Formats: sequence, C-alpha cells, structure tokens
Amino acid sequence: MPTPTDPAATPIIEFRDVEKRFGDNVVLKNLDFHVNRGERVTLIGPSGSGKTTILRLVMTLEEATDGLILIDGDPLTHRIVDGRRVRLSNREIKRTRTRIGMVFQQFNLFPNMTVIQNITESPIHVLGQSKAEATRRARDLLHQVGLDDKADAHPSSLSGGQQQRVAIARALAMDPEILLLDEVTSALDPEIVGEVLGILRRIAETTDITMLIVTHEMQFARDVSDRVLMFDGGSIVEDADPDTMFTAPAHERTRKFLKAVLGEGQIGTR
Amino acid sequence: MLENIQATVEAWPFLARGLWVTIQLTVLGSALALVLAIILGLMAGAPARALSVPGRIIIEFFRGTSLVVQLFFIFFVLPQFGIDLPGMVVGVLALGLNYGAYAAEVVRGSIASVPRGQWEATTALSMSPVHRMRRVIFPQAWALMIPSLASLMVHLLKGTAIVSVILLQDFTFHLDQLRRVTDTTWAYAVVGLVGYFVLALALTLVMNALEARAKHRLGRGPSLREILSPTPTAKDSLSTAGRGF
Ligand SMILES: Nc1ncnc2c1ncn2[C@@H]1O[C@H](COP(=O)(O)OP(=O)(O)O)[C@@H](O)[C@H]1O
Ligand SMILES: [Mg+2]
Repeated sequence: MPTPTDPAATPIIEFRDVEKRFGDNVVLKNLDFHVNRGERVTLIGPSGSGKTTILRLVMTLEEATDGLILIDGDPLTHRIVDGRRVRLSNREIKRTRTRIGMVFQQFNLFPNMTVIQNITESPIHVLGQSKAEATRRARDLLHQVGLDDKADAHPSSLSGGQQQRVAIARALAMDPEILLLDEVTSALDPEIVGEVLGILRRIAETTDITMLIVTHEMQFARDVSDRVLMFDGGSIVEDADPDTMFTAPAHERTRKFLKAVLGEGQIGTR
Repeated sequence: MLENIQATVEAWPFLARGLWVTIQLTVLGSALALVLAIILGLMAGAPARALSVPGRIIIEFFRGTSLVVQLFFIFFVLPQFGIDLPGMVVGVLALGLNYGAYAAEVVRGSIASVPRGQWEATTALSMSPVHRMRRVIFPQAWALMIPSLASLMVHLLKGTAIVSVILLQDFTFHLDQLRRVTDTTWAYAVVGLVGYFVLALALTLVMNALEARAKHRLGRGPSLREILSPTPTAKDSLSTAGRGF
C-alpha cells in the first residue's frame, strides 16, 4: 500500500470547527479533523451519529452551517473574508468538486443510459475527454470490476452487486483525488458483499486515492484503513489506528459500540 | 335513419374540412402547449427565484383565466391595438397558452419527482445544472409526464370546439350545419361522438406508444417494436423451437 504522505503537508481534507444544523437539530458541532493525502479513513459509530452528513458535506450535497471545510488547503463552499463567512461562487465550488467522487448506498445509476454511457458521460462532458479516450478508460475500469461483458447493458438488467460495481467504475472514471464511500454494501445481499469489498480492497492497494469510508463491515475497515474515527452524537469520540480501535479502544463508548456490532467475537484474529 | 346517413355522406366534404381544422388546431396547439409547458415548468421548478416567481405567475394567470376569455381577448381586443391575427393563429395561441400552463405543472411535478439519488449522483459527477437536466433528469421525467400530458391533449382536442365561437369552421361548426339537415341527435350523438372519439383514440394511441418508448429507454418494459410485432420475437420462437427436441 502506498504510504500516506508527510503528515506535515497540507491535509487533503480539513474540517475546522464545522457545524451542521437541520433546522434546530444540530447534527455536527465544533467538528475538527483532517485527512492526509492518500490516507484511508473509516468513520464508525451508531446510526444517526452524523457519518453520512460528513461525507455529504465533503461532496457538497450539503453545506455546513458554520465553520470551514478545506480541500487541499482550498475552501470548499465557504471562506472567511474580513472575519465574515461568505459562500464561494458556484464555479469555484465546482472546480473543487471535480476532485471528489462518491459511491452511494443505493448505486444511483442513470436508468436512461447504458452502463458505458453512465461511466463516460461526465468524463466526456465535464472533463472534456474525447469519446474514444473516455470509452477506452471505461472499458478498462469495467474490466477491473469484472463486468467486461456488461458495457452495453441497461442498469435495470443488472443485479445490485453489478450495479454497485458500475457505480464504483463510474466514480473512478472521473479520476477523483478523494473517494467517498457511504455504506456501499448495505443494500446488497450478503453473498454479494464480499465481491464488492474485494474490488474496493484492490482499489485501495493499487491506487493512492484518499478514501473516506462509512461501513459496518468491520473486518474490511480494519484491513483497508489507516485510521478509524469513532463518532457519537456528531462529535469524534475516538481517533485511532485500526488495530488499537478494534482490539484496545480507549473509550467505554467505543467498546460498547463495537460489542454491539461485533457481538462477543473479536475481529482481526484472522 | 337512411336520410340521416345520406345527408351525412353529402355533408362529408364539409365535415372532413372541419375535421381537418380540428386536427390542425389540436396538433399545432399541442405543439405550442408542449414548448410552453417545458419552458414554464423548468422556470417554475428552478431554484432561482428570479426564474420561479415569473414562471409561477404566468402559469397561474393562464390557468386562472378561462380559454373562452383568452380567445375573445386575442380575437377581439388585440386587433384594437393593431394586432390582427388570422383565426387559426388565434386558436392555436389560445389553446397553446391555456393548456401549456396546465401542462407546465405536469412538467414541473414530474421533474420534482425524479428520485433525489439521481440528482445527487449528477452532483457527485460534477455535472452542470443544464447538463444534468438535459441528459439525466428530463429524460426520466419525460416518462413520468407522458400519461398526464396525454390526457391534457385529449382535453385540448375537446377544447378546440370552443374556437368555433370565434368562427373558425372546425368539426363542431360543421356538425352544427349537419344538424340543420338531419336531426340534432344524429349529428351530435352519432357523427360528433364517433368523430371526436376516433380523434381522441388516435391521440391516445400515439401517446401510449411514446410512453412505451420512453419507459423502454429507462429499461422498463418492452420496446415499441416488440409491442407492435404481431409475430413472436426471435427469442420466443427459439424457445418454442427448443421445446420440439
Ligand atoms: N436532510 C436532512 N434533514 C433533516 N435532518 C437530517 C437530514 N439528514 C440527516 N439528518 C439528521 O442528521 C442526523 C445524522 O444523520 P446521518 O449523518 O445520516 O447519520 P449516520 O450516517 O451516522 O447514520 C440524524 O439525526 C438525521 O436525522
Ligand atoms: Mg448513514
């Protein structure tokens, strides 16, 4: 695995005192954390603790109600000007957004396009690649996710696992520096989960894409993560390397959570 | 009865001419209505208030004032300001504006009901708002809006009869002429009923075909060719052949 770059360098993702409210419901409060370039960071924690919201903030699907999010040192949606927090222009936001990709729990493939069109649409129309170039790359990615023969299929004819593999290929086709994965196996049948996780492991091994992952697959989290963040009620309870987090967590809250999701069995004994 | 049929046959050239006017009004009025519906529907659904507020006002104005009033306005009031339009243009304009406003609501609603995940995927792929609408959202909304647009078109077809009030000699006008030589029941109940029904049926069939095509493109349901093909498809005949062995 490529080693994460020098921690002293500018973090690729930095949350500074971020708050996210939905009406009166404060979902994230005074959140500070950073992710270094090339790092794989997994967010764990009980349902409703704000994990999805963090990924959605990074993808600009939501905007923070206070604080700053920096991508490689550049403000994502807001910056401070003369002590006031002001929103960037849509054009500025879009420039940073193209560096980030996301895979969703529900795949969200475009049903009006074939598999290959799903993958090449944005590389051609957003990144300005030629059709031939984008198609070549798409076929290569389809090969990597084991779907060479599905290029001209319609998403509706694919199984859930196949759709999710296409969605992964579609996100990678944009060459993101940051890949966000929100419970990408939660909607899949148990026997399919392994093959999708296998593909993600391979991506983690063969690329240096920064990954921010939300998952309930603790063995997977332990294997691919450089760091695990335990969330509860919108703040970080514990920030540790996976071995420490899963075998000797420092906080009672983490122990309780892991016990609930893992049962009595430990992971990582392999 | 026999006299009625004979009178109808004699009046047929006029009825046919009226039918042609009705068809023109329906097709051109629907075309204008569709264009306006898409423009106004997109405006009304836009996040920018500078677009959505005018969109809403125009839609509510043309939905809130009746077709007859709009026809009279265009036909009798506009000429006093020096704008003199032929009857067919007035009819098409009024039908297009009135039904376009109703259809705009259908367009807006269908766009809004494309699942949120689809919109979010376009953001994750950095698509611009125009690109997103043109390539992802509208094609999916189109399949949702066709049934409602089809029923509005049938209403529009019936609304064309109203243009005879401004003396376009459409099908209803000629039915009225026919009534003078046959009897009222015959003219309206038989010829009128059959005439409008056949037109509405043709419209509905065309719209059903459009809907089937739009759904097939979303991977739902068979293609138009499969629906229309009277013989089993190649795949079916293969499987039937297989059974013989
Ligand atoms: N769009 C929204 N509107 C209102 N509340 C929301 C919205 N999205 C998330 N929330 C709330 O934010 C909290 C955190 O949700 P989420 O980030 O999805 O948690 P997790 O992914 O950890 O389960 C929950 O209480 C949820 O109800
Ligand atoms: Mg979640």
